[in-house]
Amino acid sequence: MPAILMKQISKAFDRLKALDHVDFEVDAGEVHCLLGENGAGKSTLMNILYGLYHADAGEIYIHGKAVHIANPKIAQQYHIGMVHQHFMLIESMTVLQNIILGNEAGRFAIDYAENRSRIDELERLYHFDFDLDKPISVLSVGEKQRVEIFKALYRGADIVILDEPTAVLTPQEVDVLFRILDDMRKQGKTIIFITHKLHETMVLSDRVTVLRNGKIIGSLRTEEVTPKILATMMVGYAIDFDIVKSTFKPGKPVLELRQLKVLAASHATISLQVRQGEIYGIAGVDGNGQQELEGILAGTAKPLSGRIIFNGEDITAMPAAKRKAKGIALIPSDRLQNAILPGMPIIDNYLLGFQHNSMFSHFGILRFNVLKKHADNMVNQYSIKISALEQPISQLSGGNQQKIVFSREAGLNPLLLVAVQPVRGLDIGAIDAIHRQLLQLRDRGKAILLISTELSEIMEMSDTIGVLYKGELIAQRKAGEVTIEQLGLFMAGERPE
Amino acid sequence: MTRNRKYLEDVGFSLVAILLSFLLVAVIMLILGYNPIEAYKALFEGAFGSSYSLSLTLSKSVPLIFVGLAVGFALQGGLFNIGGEGQIYIGGFVAAITGLLLSHTIPAFITLPVAVLSGMAGGFLWGGTIGLIKAKLNINEVIVAIMMNYIAQLMTSYFVNGPFIAAKSMTPQTEILPLNLQLPKIIPNTQLTTSLYIALIMCVLYGFVMKRTVFGFEVKAMGNNLHSAATGGIYVARNTVLIMALSGALAAMAGIFEVFGTYGRFIDGFSSGIGFTGIAIAFIGQSTPIGIILASLLFGSLQAGAMQMSMMAGISANINNVIQGLVIVFIATPNIIRFAFGKRRS
Ligand SMILES: Nc1ncnc2c1ncn2[C@@H]1O[C@H](COP(=O)(O)OP(=O)(O)OP(=O)(O)O)[C@@H](O)[C@H]1O
Ligand SMILES: [Mg+2]
Repeated sequence: MPAILMKQISKAFDRLKALDHVDFEVDAGEVHCLLGENGAGKSTLMNILYGLYHADAGEIYIHGKAVHIANPKIAQQYHIGMVHQHFMLIESMTVLQNIILGNEAGRFAIDYAENRSRIDELERLYHFDFDLDKPISVLSVGEKQRVEIFKALYRGADIVILDEPTAVLTPQEVDVLFRILDDMRKQGKTIIFITHKLHETMVLSDRVTVLRNGKIIGSLRTEEVTPKILATMMVGYAIDFDIVKSTFKPGKPVLELRQLKVLAASHATISLQVRQGEIYGIAGVDGNGQQELEGILAGTAKPLSGRIIFNGEDITAMPAAKRKAKGIALIPSDRLQNAILPGMPIIDNYLLGFQHNSMFSHFGILRFNVLKKHADNMVNQYSIKISALEQPISQLSGGNQQKIVFSREAGLNPLLLVAVQPVRGLDIGAIDAIHRQLLQLRDRGKAILLISTELSEIMEMSDTIGVLYKGELIAQRKAGEVTIEQLGLFMAGERPE
Repeated sequence: MTRNRKYLEDVGFSLVAILLSFLLVAVIMLILGYNPIEAYKALFEGAFGSSYSLSLTLSKSVPLIFVGLAVGFALQGGLFNIGGEGQIYIGGFVAAITGLLLSHTIPAFITLPVAVLSGMAGGFLWGGTIGLIKAKLNINEVIVAIMMNYIAQLMTSYFVNGPFIAAKSMTPQTEILPLNLQLPKIIPNTQLTTSLYIALIMCVLYGFVMKRTVFGFEVKAMGNNLHSAATGGIYVARNTVLIMALSGALAAMAGIFEVFGTYGRFIDGFSSGIGFTGIAIAFIGQSTPIGIILASLLFGSLQAGAMQMSMMAGISANINNVIQGLVIVFIATPNIIRFAFGKRRS
């Protein structure tokens, strides 16, 4: 008897059929991977299982018993837990308080000692190691995610849903997560895992189910598939992943960083030059100054020292608005926080950053017709799945939101594009498309600064590679003159001779 | 859900909320031994029964429209202007004094706009100060605004109790403004003045700015996500000051036109809470111009009808505060209604 059986589930948002007669089955004790393109309906299906959305039609059986899951509280009663991509923790409260929230032991007052001992026991079982008295706000992304997983276990979840847990993690943190999932599997937990990274599916899962356009394409044992087969199932045709780069013909320098100090804790600085027609890739483990550098380049933060030169002009003190006007585009790493206006229509999101562009406004009055035409164009050109330009962007799947940000920034002919983790959360087809777009921009003579923690992305895209370590550019190499292994060593802090 | 359907649903919820409040108050009246039907009939007549009562309703609504716009505008930018009360006093006082001082030397057709503009400038600065303190020192605007309310009210109170008190007056108030400085009445012998037209013009202007201009877009963007707005090249700090200042100027207009229209002079404590009612108006009206007008009419009619109700049915006029309060409660917590109608949030 399967742990979960979802039968003929359908769900529509307005006219958009997000799920169309979906059958989904998960056996007890297995790690089940749910794959599919951006907007395929993965999150929707899981949100239905967790009681956040309600299906228009279909039935759900848990361990053979027909159930009606009206809300997450009821899902928890059936021992289902879910870890969302965006964490639902209270930042100002401690790890301990967050874990026990809603399930506090103690009759009248919270019995912290009792709660602690329960947590200790569970921590030993799954090899977690929290500092229970730290506030959530000081934790890293990976730690927060582990608190979320632990919270689900503490509430007695036997079936744990993880929606794109690795999208926000560094490779080191992914390893930790996988060890935890392994422990959970050994304890007999059932795990549903959503990812866009096929190699993760291959190493982790027992079974995979592929969704496309709201329909089930197939459910297979992992031994029976290869990444290529899965990719074909996901997009519906065989993708050719080999990107051919044209020869590198750099032009004049566009961006120059001169001894830019980004981290207060170190004396190190960054100096580099990005030329026309060049993709300069900055590799490095997350937390080595990428985030600070991003803010400094955006114009929302100031460097501690050093200069930024753009086309010969010192722009170190130039505010964000003027930088945009000069043709500096930015794809921020944190889409939800820094790139989009979640509650506002898609069309308004296309305006953000370009509201003063003479294309879209004259004397402070907006020109909606032009904006609409442009947005329509972008949506078509980048094949973004939306139902209307007036729809709030928050209703789109994560991948489609990212495509909107990319097309907004790249679509108006920038001179320099700063792309920080530009393919985070994207499916393989979309990654491929975005990478091709980046190369096209390069071939048209644009300068591109690519900041990414994905080594394979850096290797594949860059003409020049720099490695960021503790706020310092400790190595710079031409593409083709460095191996992945060498880069790995630089990333760990080893200096070249 | 499409926007139209959502809009209709919102309107539906508001109507249900209003109906529920009236029903609940009817029950309270019954318990207290009054006849609710008679009371509501009197309330309705007092608000709409004659051209006089209708004009009373409208004249009570006008200041509410101004403060509703003021609070709604700030809300759209993610800011809470609870300082409307102070801005009303500052605006009304500055305008009154300017009008009185200039009226001896300069013709009225110049004095009036100058007085109105200087009152608005007063509100602009008073509100802008709140924004400046928030932008520079990162102190919550609510706390600053509440302090500024006290300062404004007590300061103007001091002035009309002392230096500016009208000759031989027992009440703390300024001299009466010359008749040619007071706004013309739309209907003679009522309180309804041409300030109604100005309020409606401001509504149109507000709608235009929010929908059609770069500035309106930037305000909405800030209200939606401050970080994205900053990354998108919006001068967040500068706009914070500007939004609070403009909101202050709008609120000040409520005070100015009470002084130049309804009362003809600045009277100590004349606002008695209009600035706070504006918060409810903006919330109920969802910060849209039409919504703000409708909510203002609702509260305006309650205030206008209350007198008649207390005379005819013998119920204290304060009962309308209970109705207002309940409307706010029901609208602020839409889940009560959803629950009552068995409709869960999806
Ligand atoms: N609340 C909503 N309102 C309207 N449409 C929605 C809503 N939630 C999801 N959708 C739409 O349903 C479709 C499926 O979305 P879903 O989030 O399930 O995709 P996904 O497979 O999780 O994609 P991704 O990999 O990008 O996260 C998308 O086209 C999305 O725009
Ligand atoms: Mg998703």
